[in-house]
Amino acid sequence: MGWFGFKKKSSGDVAKNRLKLVLSSDKAGCSPETMEQMKNEIIQVISKYIDVDTEGLEFRFRNEADGSNSLLANIPIKQQAKTRRSY
Amino acid sequence: MGEVIVVTSGKGGVGKTTTTANVGTGLAKLDKKVVLIDTDIGLRNLDVVMGLENRIVYNLVDVVEGNCKIKQALIKDKRYNTLYLLPSAQTRDKSAVTPEQMQSLCEALRGEFDYIIIDCPAGIEQGFKNAIAGADRALVVTTPEVSAVRDADRIIGLLEANEMKKIDLIVNRLRVDLVKRGEMMSSADVEEILAVNLIGIVPDDENIVVSTNQGEPLVGTDTKAGTAYMNICNRIIGEDVPFMDLTAKKGFFSRLFGKKN
Repeated sequence: MGWFGFKKKSSGDVAKNRLKLVLSSDKAGCSPETMEQMKNEIIQVISKYIDVDTEGLEFRFRNEADGSNSLLANIPIKQQAKTRRSY
Repeated sequence: MGEVIVVTSGKGGVGKTTTTANVGTGLAKLDKKVVLIDTDIGLRNLDVVMGLENRIVYNLVDVVEGNCKIKQALIKDKRYNTLYLLPSAQTRDKSAVTPEQMQSLCEALRGEFDYIIIDCPAGIEQGFKNAIAGADRALVVTTPEVSAVRDADRIIGLLEANEMKKIDLIVNRLRVDLVKRGEMMSSADVEEILAVNLIGIVPDDENIVVSTNQGEPLVGTDTKAGTAYMNICNRIIGEDVPFMDLTAKKGFFSRLFGKKN
């Protein structure tokens, strides 16, 4: 953080940001921005049919035993009063 | 039953062997029965860091090939009589040992020792697979640099995929002065990126060079790295030790601007 209008980003922060980018592209082959976009689009599609709980959402890449990666999306569904009553 | 701990990193030169030597010696200082295994076949180094290079008769490959009994290959430490080293072979390659052989070796040592600490070679090939095969938990060593952290992330992924029960992180060679100026990632930054439990922060300390020159691990001595390693050992045995204040006393500033205190 600079004291006068111009600010030079510290190289420690540059390193951290570069790492975050490179790690997500290592795993997914795309940038965090693309990941975010993909996540939002997936939620949009599912929301058309089910009421999803965006709070407890989990969306990440996971290493598998055979060395491959898989996309893990855990999307909780909101409990609906109507559904519960019907049981 | 003893616990098998693998010290690994992915990238070379971040301090795996130094960490193995110091953590092992520290645990022996805490009266634990410890054996260190060097699994870097062809690039043997733990023996010189421990100062035991002149005492080697048999090695890891001799043990797995049945040329000698395990006990014959174990070298007793100079200073601690509960500490032993199983050295690596210098004239063979990684394919001389299989993960199954490492597993049964670890099982055989479990009954005799409280801690079996495995020094893993750099890389993710056969040597890495051998080193992690029999382990219950892993200490992932990294330095606060992009290359080392990237490799640590890969290693953590592979450890998780191999169902390693416990994975802890050691941030090694932290330069407090650089972190203060924002020119190095902090241990918190590294912890955030790698998302595993931080078990120790070891500051960059020239005493490490001296101790390695002499073949005497500095754990437990009155140095920053010595204290940091002892803290790690206490955390390994389950004690709740607060992280040391790296900015306190004998700081870089007092050294830079003369000895005011």
